[in-house]
Amino acid sequence: MTDWIEIGKIEDIPRLGARVVNTVQGDIAVFRTAEDEVFALHDACPHKGGPLSQGIVHGKRVTCPLHNWVIELTDGIAVAPDEGHTACYPIKVENGVIRLALQRQPCSSAA
Amino acid sequence: MKEKLVLIGNGMAGVRTLEELLKIAPEKYDITVFGAEPYGNYNRILLSPVLAGEKTIDQIMLNDRQWYADNGITLHCGKEVVRIDRRNRKVIAADGATADYDHLLLATGSNPFIVPVPGNDLPGVVTFRDIRDVDLMLEASRKHQHAVVIGGGLLGLEAANGLMRQGMSVTVVHITETLMERQLDKAAGALLRKSLEERGMHFYMPAQTVAILGEDRVRGVRFKDGSELYADLVVMAVGIRPNFELAKKSGIHCERGIVVNDTMQTYDPRIYAVGECVQHRGQTYGLVAPLFEQAKVCANHLAHLGYARYQGSMTSTKLKVTGIDLFSAGDFIGDETMEEIVLKDASRGMYKKIVLKDNRIQGAVMYGDTVDGAWYFQLMRDGTDVSAFRDHLMFGEAHLGDAGHGGQNKAAAMSDDMEVCGCNGVCKGAIVKAVTEKGLFTLDEVRSHTKASSSCGSCTGLVEQIMASVLGGGYSAAPKEKPLCKCTDHTHDDVRKTIREQHLLSIDAVMRFLEWRTPNGCHSCRPALNYYLLCAWPAEYKDDAQSRFINERAHANIQKDGTYSVVPRMWGGLTTPDELRAIADVADKFKIPTVKVTGGQRIDLLGVKKEDLPAVWGDLNKAGMVSGHAYGKSLRTVKTCVGSEWCRFGTQDSTGLGVKLERRTWGSWMPHKFKMAVSGCPRNCAEATIKDFGVVCVDSGYELHIGGNGGVKVRATDLLCKVTTEAEVDEYCCAFTQLYREEARYLERTAPWIERVGLEYVKQRVVEDEVGRKALYNRFIESQKYAQVDPWAERASHAVEQHEFVPLKKVAAG
Repeated sequence: MTDWIEIGKIEDIPRLGARVVNTVQGDIAVFRTAEDEVFALHDACPHKGGPLSQGIVHGKRVTCPLHNWVIELTDGIAVAPDEGHTACYPIKVENGVIRLALQRQPCSSAA
Repeated sequence: MKEKLVLIGNGMAGVRTLEELLKIAPEKYDITVFGAEPYGNYNRILLSPVLAGEKTIDQIMLNDRQWYADNGITLHCGKEVVRIDRRNRKVIAADGATADYDHLLLATGSNPFIVPVPGNDLPGVVTFRDIRDVDLMLEASRKHQHAVVIGGGLLGLEAANGLMRQGMSVTVVHITETLMERQLDKAAGALLRKSLEERGMHFYMPAQTVAILGEDRVRGVRFKDGSELYADLVVMAVGIRPNFELAKKSGIHCERGIVVNDTMQTYDPRIYAVGECVQHRGQTYGLVAPLFEQAKVCANHLAHLGYARYQGSMTSTKLKVTGIDLFSAGDFIGDETMEEIVLKDASRGMYKKIVLKDNRIQGAVMYGDTVDGAWYFQLMRDGTDVSAFRDHLMFGEAHLGDAGHGGQNKAAAMSDDMEVCGCNGVCKGAIVKAVTEKGLFTLDEVRSHTKASSSCGSCTGLVEQIMASVLGGGYSAAPKEKPLCKCTDHTHDDVRKTIREQHLLSIDAVMRFLEWRTPNGCHSCRPALNYYLLCAWPAEYKDDAQSRFINERAHANIQKDGTYSVVPRMWGGLTTPDELRAIADVADKFKIPTVKVTGGQRIDLLGVKKEDLPAVWGDLNKAGMVSGHAYGKSLRTVKTCVGSEWCRFGTQDSTGLGVKLERRTWGSWMPHKFKMAVSGCPRNCAEATIKDFGVVCVDSGYELHIGGNGGVKVRATDLLCKVTTEAEVDEYCCAFTQLYREEARYLERTAPWIERVGLEYVKQRVVEDEVGRKALYNRFIESQKYAQVDPWAERASHAVEQHEFVPLKKVAAG
């Protein structure tokens, strides 16, 4: 059973922006794209741990504010030629309410 | 059904075209490749290091057989195509194998030129072109001792160097008096000869070969004057000829190569050609980079996108002999219509020559110190007028205080473990490794793979030098401006013009009007567009916070641990006991770990948690302080000295003037950060001559200086003009600032901007054109009406949404 935690409404996050959820597992960045899709990643770049929640969101990607690594929101993988990945969390939106599960997803396609 | 594409020639240009094609249209074609050599695609440029024993064949493979299999490409290795049946669209190989095509790509490369003399087919006579040649030479070097290399050009010298490294005694025979005469003038050729002789290479020149001697195997070489040299290996390296025999036999129009148009199409519209075999606008190319440019264009048309054009390339040359630094580009001999600047120091083994026509570089030759090769090459390519800096052109771009690479400027003299990029800690060895192992050919590729030269850029010349020494040459596309970013083909200037002419008022509108390739841009274009819009329409444009870098969105500087730093404004560097007390109280109250004085005469509070920012600002606001914009592409500080109010040397009230200028200009967004200073006398304690706009007070008035920079590349200012009143300083300052705001490209500081547009242009707009100056001034004042709102006060008072500063949710357990 997945424990879904209500974290807020979709309009609480600006389009092409992110907000942070503080958890015992560390900060989780919750992103909203231009198409109102929502993604959740561990709020740390695989490079030097930069807070991805503070980056510029474009398409389904975010650029880390520290050294411009670009991370895929869908799976947390760094865009080549950079290599690395950051953990993702299950997230869903129903009737404008965002729910998050505190289960780190192993990164599917990264080595 | 998929269309059929056949590639004849399994070399670098052809396969690169396939790679580019697979990137943009992976499903379009069934692809078949014919290659005469029994290998996958390898990096032919690196045959010299293989010969010299510095690399193995495996290390220079670019695409092994698995790559073809993975991409569903049928590979016929070791099969030479002997006929193209254009009527039935079919190619036929020597062994009878055939393949049908809808489109055919010819990349048959070039053949070494064989000197037409008796004995040129004896065993022991080889060329230097492919893996087989290298194997033959390596085998000969194990059994034999004496090699003669015919040809003192690039290829010949690299072959000679390799054979020498394999232990052979090598004599280079050359037909003229100057080595590499296509790339070097006499003086540089002589220096090259001297240093190769010091390494043990022998030369016999000028000498014309008339016969190769021997019966079962080569025994020597005879020359026109009757003299002979003993040899048990002869390497012919006198040049290459485009290989267009097959094309010609098939009735495709050829001259010195297969003739193609700007889309790389031959006279048969179904047939394209790329690489060394083609002749484009009368030129043939032998270096790799232009071939890759052609590959990209060709792939674009094979994919039926139909918009790319190849317009020719300019190339520069570099000799790949370890330890020798040599560079040449363009017309380095010159004629009576041109001038030359020469610097020669034979005992240091240094020689530089620049050929100019109407103050524009036509060509350059350098020997010994080639670090500025890339710079000269760029000036040449861009057709830059060098008159403004002609007096120090010879000393290079970097002669003044470049930081970050330990004063190193000779790549060849560096060992593999020496640091090239001081920002990202990248050593020479790492760059060489990435270039060879990952098959990188452009500066951008090296930047993204190694990060070298990707931060401050001060080592770019060095990185280009290292690349050139590995790849054997630099290159550049025909002069053109770069697109704003990868999301568009439009340049910065195009975009700005369109914003103004079409009255576009949002990022979305710009992207739609100019047909952006990405749905909402990227981290490069969005901040640029946001700036261009707010600069063009200060009253109407609504700033887009999500398109700003975090520092400008949070109005504080992000630090490596995700905390922020806060710098309140101190007008002209002045403060009061009350302000200092308020800062101390804030530091105590919010447990701010570090308090530091900045270089811009104010105080930095470091390590502030993001949630605390609005409260910190609220407390600072109460003491009368506002944002210092230390985080923005904006007016930063106006540094001052104490001036005539206190200083016994001061000529004017520099502090007071500094405060006035800062009150006038604070809050203005710029293409990049912008710093000012006012010094009270020519002793210049405020360092006004390394600022974007600096004022040096003198007894009779004020000197106005522009375009200085104290960072990576130190640049002293240029004198704009001298004025006599504070009111004039104000007017000129605002007009200059507005010109920079309106015309510099995003992230271009005043120093490179002025170098790009020329000091004369800026003087004309700001000093000479009085009406224009007043108009610039007025536009700046108008824009400031909307800009001078303290962003801290807005956020501390909750006039702006708080979502930036508070977490969405705190989850207690999980």
